[in-house]
Amino acid sequence: MMNQSNTNISDALKDAGLEILTCLQCGTCSGSCPSGRYTGMITRKLVRKARVSTDVLHDPDLWMCTTCYTCQERCPREIKITDAILAIRAIAVHEGIMLPEHRRVSQLVIEYGHAVPINDAVKAKRESLGMEALPETVHKYPEALADVQTLLESCGFDKLVTGAQE
Amino acid sequence: MNKLSLYLGCITPNRYPGIEKATKLCLDRLEIDYADLPGASCCPAPGVFRSFDKATWLALASRNIVLSEEIERDVLTICNGCYGSLVDANNELKNDPALKKSTNAHLDAIGKKFKGTVDVRHIIELLYDEPGPEKIKEMVTRPLDLRVALHYGCHLVKPSKERELGSTEDPRFFDELVEATGAESVNYPDKMACCGAGGGVRSALIDKSLEMLEHKLSRIRDANVDCIVNACPFCHLQFDGGQVEIAEKRGTEYNIPVLHYSQLLGLAFGYSPEELGIDLNLVTNEDFLLKLKGDR
Repeated sequence: MMNQSNTNISDALKDAGLEILTCLQCGTCSGSCPSGRYTGMITRKLVRKARVSTDVLHDPDLWMCTTCYTCQERCPREIKITDAILAIRAIAVHEGIMLPEHRRVSQLVIEYGHAVPINDAVKAKRESLGMEALPETVHKYPEALADVQTLLESCGFDKLVTGAQE
Repeated sequence: MNKLSLYLGCITPNRYPGIEKATKLCLDRLEIDYADLPGASCCPAPGVFRSFDKATWLALASRNIVLSEEIERDVLTICNGCYGSLVDANNELKNDPALKKSTNAHLDAIGKKFKGTVDVRHIIELLYDEPGPEKIKEMVTRPLDLRVALHYGCHLVKPSKERELGSTEDPRFFDELVEATGAESVNYPDKMACCGAGGGVRSALIDKSLEMLEHKLSRIRDANVDCIVNACPFCHLQFDGGQVEIAEKRGTEYNIPVLHYSQLLGLAFGYSPEELGIDLNLVTNEDFLLKLKGDR
């Protein structure tokens, strides 16, 4: 559903339980957006664009949402706006559109099982607090990390995020 | 209260271990039954991984939940992002048989199965439920004379349909927990606004992320507080590390100390800033540390 080419965005969203066609274009979302004030992101336009064209997949605004959910809470039509933005991003990623920094974060999870892995300075901080240098996570248990990597492979995540575009 | 497993996530153990230690000291003092969750991974981060591939997001989140199912304990999170991922994933998998089936097909590759037998809790809503602010107030041994700018963070209360924690515009439950320590929760404009870190914005668009943060910091500075208190290590990292980045990139020094609630509560239980790792923050504010010592 989410990985077909030339997909119709609003239909794909509808299939995922996210109806955006009832949008009145009232602008409550844009007025509530903490990102819009600084990034120029216009949520209302993003929703309108998603209704009519796949151009939205290439819109830089798509990646300026901090997922704070304020627009979704305040939408008078109860449109799941933030969830729709996340779903549109997923369609974009499956079309090979992804910011390089996000590919890097993905690689960290593939390699370490953590999006923010430990470093030597923090190991020293842990020890200064009387804690073990490594936490009780995948960092300490290689077999657990292997499980995470098996899961990521089963989902095809490694192939998804190592694409060459953008 | 059900027995709990302490889910650490990434930023707490790998950047702010003081939050991990403070949490354990507070849980011990409150006699809350918790166990480690060995082998847990990234939740994975809701705003980014969920938006890359939902199947991957569910697979990794469900593995963390299954680790807790296997020891028959509810999952305790100390991070809004982890809470967002794990509570949303848990609800979706419990309520959607098709999603549960497709997720279990992946989990089968590592010999695990999601059953849907445990709940996911956030330390703030958990402590508010039980023991509750009144009981905590009775247990405080060193009431704090601090003015606090409280930052709820977005994913503690939103999306509200998945949380059922009341108002998202003007909630009070976290304020009550802060005030149980003796501190004053000072109202300030845009208190419920986002710190600017989430959704992959901090990782990919740092300058825009810092502009959002600085808006919030300027409001907090005007409120004349001693410190910022949060319930999320990612917001914590944004407020603490972000102040250093703002000083470097934009030239404004705020120098406002940042505490996770477990560190604030730890102070009120009589632990020193050093025992709670408060001195390991990037923002160093000697006046604040001296004031805490004077309070002892």
